[in-house]
Amino acid sequence: MALEYSKKVLKEFLQPKNFGEMKGAHGTGEVGSPACGDIMQMQIKVERDKIKEIKFKTFGCAAAIASTSIITQMVKGKDLNYAKNLTMKEVAEKLKGLPQIKMHCSSMGIQTLRKAIKDYEEKLQKRTEKKN
Amino acid sequence: MKIYLDNAATTKVDEEVINAMIPYFKEKYANASSQHLEGSEAKQILEKSRKIIANALNSKPEEIYFTSGGTESNNWALKGLFEKNYPNKNHIITTKIEHDATLQTCKYLEKKGAKISYLNVDSEGFINLKELEEAITPKTFLVSIMHANNEIGTVQDLESIGKICKDKKIIFHSDAAQSFTKEKLDVKKQNLDLVSINSHKINGPKGVGALYIRSSIEIEPLIHGGGHEKGKRSGTENIPGIVGFAKAIEIIKEKDLRKMKELRNKLIEEILIKIPNTKLNGSKERRLVNNANISFKDVEGEAIGGYLENKGIFVSTGSACMSNTLKASHVLKSIGLTDLEQNSSIRFSLSKYTTEKEIEKVLEVLPEIIKKLRRLSPLVK
Ligand SMILES: Cc1ncc(COP(=O)(O)O)c(C=O)c1O
Ligand code: FES
Repeated sequence: MALEYSKKVLKEFLQPKNFGEMKGAHGTGEVGSPACGDIMQMQIKVERDKIKEIKFKTFGCAAAIASTSIITQMVKGKDLNYAKNLTMKEVAEKLKGLPQIKMHCSSMGIQTLRKAIKDYEEKLQKRTEKKN
Repeated sequence: MKIYLDNAATTKVDEEVINAMIPYFKEKYANASSQHLEGSEAKQILEKSRKIIANALNSKPEEIYFTSGGTESNNWALKGLFEKNYPNKNHIITTKIEHDATLQTCKYLEKKGAKISYLNVDSEGFINLKELEEAITPKTFLVSIMHANNEIGTVQDLESIGKICKDKKIIFHSDAAQSFTKEKLDVKKQNLDLVSINSHKINGPKGVGALYIRSSIEIEPLIHGGGHEKGKRSGTENIPGIVGFAKAIEIIKEKDLRKMKELRNKLIEEILIKIPNTKLNGSKERRLVNNANISFKDVEGEAIGGYLENKGIFVSTGSACMSNTLKASHVLKSIGLTDLEQNSSIRFSLSKYTTEKEIEKVLEVLPEIIKKLRRLSPLVK
């Protein structure tokens, strides 16, 4: 490819983990970039404030697919708090670097994850409100 | 196995071309402007090469000016004519689908006082002749319309455009970097006043090209200096490059063009049959013999390109020049593709070296790649 991707990016791009969709997700996030036209989706299941399951789907470049794949691996089984505070920099580091022009791809991945968590929390809140 | 299907970006230099060039690096390296015998030999081969290029365009040899390639030729044509005509006349008509070498030059000229009309194209990439006629004003001095488009391969009807320009006494320039030797180019029949061509798209060396300028046309030089090329384009002539350029033209065979077209048709037809939700961009009939541009619904072009590359297959997403930016192609946009479709397109461009086996390999791996990427796509529910 015209851009210099790290071996790690290429591996995650060509053999992504945790992709697809799940039934009965607790939270879903979707983000589209008007700049490059790429679209990402993440779904999570949460148990005792931990991300028990996570799946993604990405319409995007190699960096976008690699970022979403690595993010799902980084947060699976982890506390929501950890997931919420994950940064673009940490993702890029885990991918052994991203070309400058592709930094926004990992940022989009982070936004997608945060949206999914927010969706989960809002639904949770609604449910608790109903109960009370 | 490496399968190179990005020949619209550039091509491999033919062995025969390399062999023809070598003596001009090793023994016959003299400057064509030098007065000694060696220099006059260089001058001779320069003029012989000029004749070969003129022949391919049906022009006179003295109407061929060597340049560093398509970009320079387009820059020279537009800027050189603007300087000659401005401020008397300041209007240029071009299209929305030109190569950046033309579009960016137009943008520059707009800052210098030029008014530019960018013609629309239809869904196959053709301009509308009526729209062209209507765009002409008393201030128009130039129509610049590319012959074949580098992304979608659409070949414009130069003869009809030439007629209009002749009637209205407007200079007609065409960027033929993609079509040269692949499509019929005849400056007389098509009434062309200027034509940009280059060598590296036809298995010749990079960094050499030419601008044909009809002898009656007045133009300012772009590059000033020692007065080479009759004072119109200075700089010591790139003799090895020019010899290679001429050789590349000489060795073109009709049967190579036929083979490219056959393989291109096979590639297009079978992709459209084997992979659902695919669409050919450009024209089915009037398209460059070596170009196939296809949209794969719901999958992103760079991702397809990356998966193909992993299998040793090299293609282009949109235009090669774009891959370092995030912008979708202005050409695909102009033919009416949605943002998503623009981002889902791949250009395959063949050469005379492309084999049936290579095309079959592409047809074997591509359906699997698209299937996998569609499973990854949030657009597929
Ligand atoms: C249509 C068209 N015009 C101009 C150019 C630029 O030519 P060059 O690379 O020789 O400067 C190209 C190729 O890059 C092209 O495809
Ligand atoms: S280029 Fe936009 S997500 Fe990668």
